[in-house]
Order: sequence, then C-alpha cells, then structure tokens
Amino acid sequence: MMYSNLVKKYYRINNLPHIWCPGCGHGILMNSIIRAIDNLKLDKDNICVVSGIGCSSRASGYMDFNTLHTTHGRALAFATGIKFANPNLKVIVVTGDGDCAAIGGNHLIHAARRNIDITTIAFNNNIYGMTGGQYSPTTPTGDFGTTAPYGNIDKSFDLCNLAKSAGATYVGRGTAYHASLLTKLIENGLNNNGFSFIEGVSVCPTYYGRKNKKGSSVKMMTYLKENCIDKKVVDKKPELGENKILIGELYNNSQPEYTEKYKEIIKMLSKES
Amino acid sequence: MSNKKAKLLQGNEACVEGALAAGMRFFAGYPITPSTEIAEISSQKLPALDGKFIQMEDELSSMAAIIGGSLAGIKSMTATSGPGFSLMQENLGYATIAEIPCVIVNVQRGGPSTGLPTSPAQGEIMQAKWGTHGDHPAITLYPNSVEEIYNTTITAFNFSEKYRVPVVLLLDEVIAHMREKVTLKDTSEITIIDRKKPTCSAEEYVAYRADDNDNIPSMASFGEGYRYHVTGLVHNETGFPTNDNKVADKLIRRLIDKVENDIDNLSIYEDYKTNDAETVIVSFGSVSRSAKSAVNELRNNGKKVGLFRPITIWPTLEKQILEISKKAKTIYVAEMNLGQYYYEVERIAGKYCNVKKINKVNGELITPNEIISVINGGN
Repeated sequence: MMYSNLVKKYYRINNLPHIWCPGCGHGILMNSIIRAIDNLKLDKDNICVVSGIGCSSRASGYMDFNTLHTTHGRALAFATGIKFANPNLKVIVVTGDGDCAAIGGNHLIHAARRNIDITTIAFNNNIYGMTGGQYSPTTPTGDFGTTAPYGNIDKSFDLCNLAKSAGATYVGRGTAYHASLLTKLIENGLNNNGFSFIEGVSVCPTYYGRKNKKGSSVKMMTYLKENCIDKKVVDKKPELGENKILIGELYNNSQPEYTEKYKEIIKMLSKES
Repeated sequence: MSNKKAKLLQGNEACVEGALAAGMRFFAGYPITPSTEIAEISSQKLPALDGKFIQMEDELSSMAAIIGGSLAGIKSMTATSGPGFSLMQENLGYATIAEIPCVIVNVQRGGPSTGLPTSPAQGEIMQAKWGTHGDHPAITLYPNSVEEIYNTTITAFNFSEKYRVPVVLLLDEVIAHMREKVTLKDTSEITIIDRKKPTCSAEEYVAYRADDNDNIPSMASFGEGYRYHVTGLVHNETGFPTNDNKVADKLIRRLIDKVENDIDNLSIYEDYKTNDAETVIVSFGSVSRSAKSAVNELRNNGKKVGLFRPITIWPTLEKQILEISKKAKTIYVAEMNLGQYYYEVERIAGKYCNVKKINKVNGELITPNEIISVINGGN
C-alpha cells in the first residue's frame, strides 16, 4: 500500500485500513481534521483526540495523537476533564449524531455553555450506523430506519443551532463533499479560544441510503453538492436558502474561555495568601 | 505540640483533607445528599492549592471528567451517594478496563432509588464490587470513624495509583456528618504512592504492556510525548482494540490478578478480642462501633465475644475470615442491609461454623443493645 506523506505523518498506518464501509463519508471528514491540524502546524504531542461510541468515534484510533475512545455519548465529559486538568493541551472531540445529540446531548449543551476550549467535530450521517441503521436525532421526519419501519415521526435536531443556542462561540457546517470548506472551518474552530462546534455532514450509503432509497455514495455526494448553500450567499439573497442545507461559518462570537476564568480564581487566591 | 494539628472535623471534611494530603488536585462532582459537603469543601480548597474543581452536569460526566483529569496526570476524585453511584457505574467500568487511577467516594444512604436521602444505610456493599458490568477487579475501603476517613482516603489514593484501578471509598451517612477529633498529619508522616511512569523512550513505549512482577503497566500522562490510545474496548498491549479471544482472556485475567494476587498488601482490618472468642461479630462502618460496645458489654458479663472489622471490603479478606471460622462457634454479620457481606462470610466460613445475620433497613442505626439481645437470645 502506498501512503501519502500526510497519511504517513499523522495516521497510525498499522491500524489502517479503517473499518468504515465502502462509500462512507467519514474518511473524508477525518482527513479534513488532519489537514486542518497540518495547516496550523500543531504539535502532535500536544493534541488529544477524544471520541465516543459509534462509526464516527472509531476515528480516534487511526490518528497518531494522544487518543481516547470513551463510552457512548461521554466524549465531551472526558474531554472536559482533560482540558480542565491541563489547559495547555489542544483538545478535539470527534462524535456522531447519536453520540452527541441523543445519549450525549446533555454533555454537548453543558460543554457549549461553559465555553471550554474544545473543538468538537460531529460526523452526521443521520443514522445509527454501527448498530445497523436505527433512526437518530438527525434522521429527517418521515425517513426510514430499522426502528422506524413506518417512517420516523420524531422531529430532527439542527445540531449547529443546538450548539449555538447552548453557548458555543464558533459554529460551522461542512460536508463530505465540501471537504476544503470543512478543513477551513475546523482550522477556525481550533483557532477559536472557546467551545467550537463543527458539523460534518456525512453520507451513509449502507444504512441510511439503502433504507431511504438514496442510491449510491456518488449519488448521495451529488445530492450534497446540489443541495447545500453557503450562509454568506444566503445572507445576501435569502430566497436562495429555501429547502437547502446551510453550510459555511454559521456563528463566530468570542467570549471568555472557561479554563482561563478558573485560572483567574487561582490567581486571585494566590495573591490573597 | 502534638495537639497542633488536632481538629474537630466532620467526616466529609476529613475525607477532603485526606484527599488533599494524598495529592488530589482535581475534583469533578454533582450535588447529592449526604455527600455534598465533599464537593463544597473541595470547591473552596482546591483553587487555593492550584487544583481544579468542576461541578458537572450529572454523575455520568463527573466520573468521565475525573478519568480525563487523571489521564492528564492529576490525581482525581469524585464523591456521590446512592443514585449518583448507580450512574457512575458506566465509567467506573471504563476506568477499570482502561486502568485509570481515581477515587470514588460513596456516602451511602437508604435505597433503592431515591430511597431515604438523609438516613444511613449500608446497601452498596455488593454494588461497589458488581455494579459495573463484566468481570473486573475491585478495591473498596470502609472506614468507621472521622479520623479513619482521613487516613483511609489517603490509602484509597495510594491503592488507586499503585494498582491503576478506580478505588471505591464507602462511607456511612452518620459518620460523614458526625464531628470527631482528627489529627492531621505532616507531609513527612504520610506515605504517598504515585503511579508508575514509563522509563523508556516514546518509541519504545507499549502503553498496556504490564511488568511481569506486578501485572501493572506504566502510565504516561497525555501531553508528555508518549502518544498512545486508550479505549474501553478489549485491547492488546498496544492499547488498540482486538477481538482476539486469547488476548481478551489474558487481559481480563491480568486486570483481576494484579489486584487479587497482591491481597496481602491490600488487607486492612481490625481484629478485636477474637482470639478466644466463641462468638464473633463481623461488621464495618458505623455498625462496627455498636458492635464494639456490644463486645465490651458482653465480655463484662463473661461471654467470649469478639469483633472482626474489615476495612478492606473488596477484595474479600478470605484468609482472615477462614481463620476466625475455624476458632469461633458462631459468626454474626451485622450490617444495615438485609444481608450482603453475609453472603461472602457464609461462603467462606459456612463449612466451619454457624453464620447468622443481624440486619436493619429502616434508616436507623443498629444499636449495641440490639446486637446484645440477638447474641444473648442465641438467635
């Protein structure tokens, strides 16, 4: 197998190939994280990648950093402990739609509320892939899953709106098709001193695609190409945004960061004594 | 001079003092009666010592956060009570398989569910061992006075660091909220054990390769230049997941062996007048104080009674219980539940002597008189 220099530098080659299905978008999303890290020339020894459980969360094992593959939904809680204990570390969380919005929804909103300097990348494939295609909090209403054989009656979450409302200070959305945009958004997230939430819209031809007759991976990627629109365009011409997936930088509003606020308490107490 | 550090402390306060003396500099928790003072006092004291306190959104995340804190190289603790302890079982299992040192204090209250939040109970003896799923090692310690809470908390940290396991410290509500004299120790008077660190280069480091002599791998902190992988999946020596049956078998057995093969160094207990005793009471925590009063009073009346008090609850003190069973006619296991530790004693001692229960689950202490009347009645 021939590997590019980028792969050799940042991946654990012994653990490749990855376990994702042919046509899955997750590999592209993972590579956007790597490209962002490479563009920013971050020190590998100083990076922690923390993940939960599910297809997305297998990413941590392939990347050559300090990596922690945790329990279902809890990646952000583990990551909060690491970042708070050692704020010098660059902490990245890789999660999925089920992982961060269902079982880990509480941890997502509270990590965002604290504005702790963690960059979260949510691989959203609209389904529970690892367990075989059950509907998730981002499965659109009316769509099918193995546990929604008559159509999903739940309303779905907009993950970016959720993160923004909860207090994330940088929010963006890219896709497996818009990979260079996604890389840029992750770079911005890593540069934001606070809680950053980047949604990477993926494609799951094996489960979500098959259950909902979306066709091949190529067809699903073409759908992303044709149905996404950058927020900058919609800001000028709102009518173009109708029934489209909004991508690009969605929110950017710097606020005091959690571990720095705590440092101020420590500083205050050391002056008193 | 010796009175300089003598203080009147509440049990929960003594727990924090012991933790700080042991080197705890990271606490994550969620408020719950009757353990809340441990979080409150930690929040007050830690930042003044350059330590960190965080109130998490629940107990699931509190347990996760202390594992993260420990992986970043800081000695970490959480404290909770019944319902919170149930929520912590998920990541307690994670700390066990990933071998992350940390201390979990469970100030017990009446259960099940919300139960009796402000009343004492000893209902989590079995949960401390078997609460998280799968086969695994467990170290659980159970002090019976405020002073002993201080000292045992230090021991809990030392065991967790030495064996790389989450250590559970069980407290009774009544002792956690009682005030007694505690002599705080100077640093020079305390033995502190720190986790074994790698001595090799990052290239040579194999994160989960255990040393032959103790079955324990060395542990690098995240950010120290040893980039490695940690997972809750069954993993090989490199830390990466595997479905290899032989590797799985070896890992689970090693995790248990590293603790159970070293039982002699983990066995802490009080043996009170059991040498000539025909009747031995086995009890721990607050009940053991009633039991000791009962022993003294029964002895005054000429009865040969003794007390065996395990401070190490898990792993079970089989050797000591077996020895007692061969000398005594009857063992009474007195506990504020309907018989949990009883099953361990019965399993070990049942062949050699009578093993009986003294139990109470109404939220009240077992009194000395209640123990005396059972023993005198011969029930």
